[in-house]
Amino acid sequence: MIPELGHFALIVALLLALTQSILPLVGARRGNLTLMSVARPAAQGQFVFVALAFACLAWSFLTNDFTVENVARNSFSQLPEVYRFTATWGSHEGSMLMWVMILGFWTTAVSVFSRHLPDDMVARVIGIMGLISVGFLAFLLTTSNPFERLVPAPMDGRDMNPLLQDWGMIIHPPMLYMGYVGFAVAFAFAIAALLSGKLDAAWARWSRPWTTVAWAFLTLGIVLGAWWAYRELGWGGWWFWDPTENASFMPWLAGTALIHSLAVTEKRGAFKAWTVLLALIAFSLSLLGTFLVRSGVLSSVHAFATDPARGSFILGFLAVVIGGSLILYAWRAPRMITGGAFTWFSREALLLANNVILLAAMGSVLLGTLYPLFMDAMGMGKISVGPPYFNAVFVPVMAPVLFLVGVGPLARWKEASLPDLFARLKWALAVAVVTGLLLPFTLDGFNPWATLGFALAAWILLTVLVGFRERMQHGTRLTQLPRAFWGMQLAHLGLAWGIAGITVVANYQLERNVRMNVGDYTELAGYTFTFQGATEYNGPNYRAAKGTVEVTRDGRKIATLHPEKRIYNASGMPMTEAAIHPSFFRDLYVALGEPLDDQARTWAVRVFYKPFIDWLWIGALFLVVGGFLAASDRRYRIALKKLAIPAGAASQGA
Amino acid sequence: MKSRHKKLVVIVLALAGIGIAAALILNAFRSNLVFFFSPTEVAEGKAPTDRAFRIGGLVVDGSLKREADGLTVSFVVTDTAKSIPVTYKGILPDLFKEGKGVVAEGKLGADGLFTATQVLAKHDENYMPPEAAHALEQAAKAQQTLQQ
Repeated sequence: MIPELGHFALIVALLLALTQSILPLVGARRGNLTLMSVARPAAQGQFVFVALAFACLAWSFLTNDFTVENVARNSFSQLPEVYRFTATWGSHEGSMLMWVMILGFWTTAVSVFSRHLPDDMVARVIGIMGLISVGFLAFLLTTSNPFERLVPAPMDGRDMNPLLQDWGMIIHPPMLYMGYVGFAVAFAFAIAALLSGKLDAAWARWSRPWTTVAWAFLTLGIVLGAWWAYRELGWGGWWFWDPTENASFMPWLAGTALIHSLAVTEKRGAFKAWTVLLALIAFSLSLLGTFLVRSGVLSSVHAFATDPARGSFILGFLAVVIGGSLILYAWRAPRMITGGAFTWFSREALLLANNVILLAAMGSVLLGTLYPLFMDAMGMGKISVGPPYFNAVFVPVMAPVLFLVGVGPLARWKEASLPDLFARLKWALAVAVVTGLLLPFTLDGFNPWATLGFALAAWILLTVLVGFRERMQHGTRLTQLPRAFWGMQLAHLGLAWGIAGITVVANYQLERNVRMNVGDYTELAGYTFTFQGATEYNGPNYRAAKGTVEVTRDGRKIATLHPEKRIYNASGMPMTEAAIHPSFFRDLYVALGEPLDDQARTWAVRVFYKPFIDWLWIGALFLVVGGFLAASDRRYRIALKKLAIPAGAASQGA
Repeated sequence: MKSRHKKLVVIVLALAGIGIAAALILNAFRSNLVFFFSPTEVAEGKAPTDRAFRIGGLVVDGSLKREADGLTVSFVVTDTAKSIPVTYKGILPDLFKEGKGVVAEGKLGADGLFTATQVLAKHDENYMPPEAAHALEQAAKAQQTLQQ
């Protein structure tokens, strides 16, 4: 019963989404307030029904209803309850359902926090988000119904992929989707502006906080994914330039460019056409990311071709959304009046440079991700593009952006003076260069990459401090500075922090693979790792060998680590569960390889010394907090209050 | 400078920047592509000996041997038509198993021994890495054409 109810709720949601998109869009075109006023209740109703469908699916998972194919494939009776719940979005169908639910959430949020916006703007924005909903709901109902029954029903399920049974993976997809789908708001605002022709600073002010919040969620989602990979894959790495990772990184790069160009459009009225284009690109890349990860095209181009329904639907949807919005853009953008003249050396110009480089970096990732797929699909041979390509390209392309992070916030709008900036920043520059040159010698001798990383991190940190000092020169206290300023500076500080961490861990980490019998020890970075054997135990849905490794330093005990090797009951899939001893300046990381004798007394053991890796997570957290802080700036709320009165008066008059 | 000239300077600088970035990207792209060859193609001498590439197929049953250090392993990869001996020093991935699909990246020695720097078997239990599936498929096709 419950799965059918969920299926029915999805159909109702589709009808509501159609209502939500068609009536308000027509109403906005004709200036019909009655039709426009359908937008809000329809959007909220759609969200309620999608959420109901999601709850039904979650209920099927929690009650082990293996008559539902999706449950039978992705869950297992022995699976702990929390994972049975998260398995709801572990599968293709479930994750698509979550995508629409989050879209409904964002649309509802727009419908609630848009009282101050002109009615036709709200109608268009909600209508366009409704159209996206229609696409995804139709996709779910026609090709990926999560409530499909299975006859005859199996006795038990096939279990969730063991890799996903981790709490990093519980919150990674929702956060990532909050980011992806959040760009739909920026997209809808951009399309609405193109449709109405009203593209002014007010437009940028409305869409800016939404975009920043979406960006912060996307950042959080990506970092959670990296953190999960670090702890769960057992290889000690946190970023592999894997296509699934690149799929989320491309919208992030475009989104980063977007939040910066929105700043220019809001403050100076310039770059309007460019900002709109970036909004379209950011959301298109979010769709592309969803498509790459969810269509199965990455695991096999051929499997994709043999089951064409899903793939061709998504490709068609992508073509309509991207193609349609670009055509609309080509038609409407030339009519936009560009305002706010500026010279070639000004904050505007520096932000434009930042945008161009970020997009170039995005293009390089896109090339490396799509080219192998393209070659394979064309039958032109199998190739792979690995980390060496991305590292060789990405670091040099991004270095200028990171340098500009230090200059941009201190340059004046309209026209900046190079001698003036140099005078303000010469000390920061000198200290950063010296830090970059000297710091590597205290660690492990000269290394050009370490020098570059340290210099950039120090440069950003120092320029952030200069920024604070200059703002406080005239007696302004820290607490009086606007949240937007705090947000920007914290995010840039986080960037510096993260770069410092990445630089150290990438250049100075140590790894050792050793064969260890009970009582054997190995030394790494001054720490002694003693293997004390492995014991077997039974987990809820797996059997495991649990190793014990004692870590000491100069005879002092540091930690006892328990890396595990698990075999999952339902799938028979083996899993490495690394054990990590974290601290502010280094992680000690131990993972079990395979047993090397029949009694499982001797094991291959992988030991890592990961200096400063936690700085990466801390830096990322600053980025996220900075984003939320900037989006909560007073001026957006003041704008709300100021605009609320005339808007309300206008609707009363009409 | 007139504003028109300034605009021109900005455009020229932007184009130069994009050009440099594009050259950098394409150069790195060309030199870092890793090609894939099936064991049959390697046997036919199609694979390069001076640069790294990937091979894929099934790990032959009973071919996995360990050296005394416990970490150096050797095994044989086959696409059912031809086989290549592979040696690797390091810890094998969780899903590495005899009789299952595998992909290895490394260089081919003059003696025909493939020295792997990386062994990939990162998919789930039933799943075959796409390259390995591709190699088997090609070998099957070749055998069919021989029989006809």
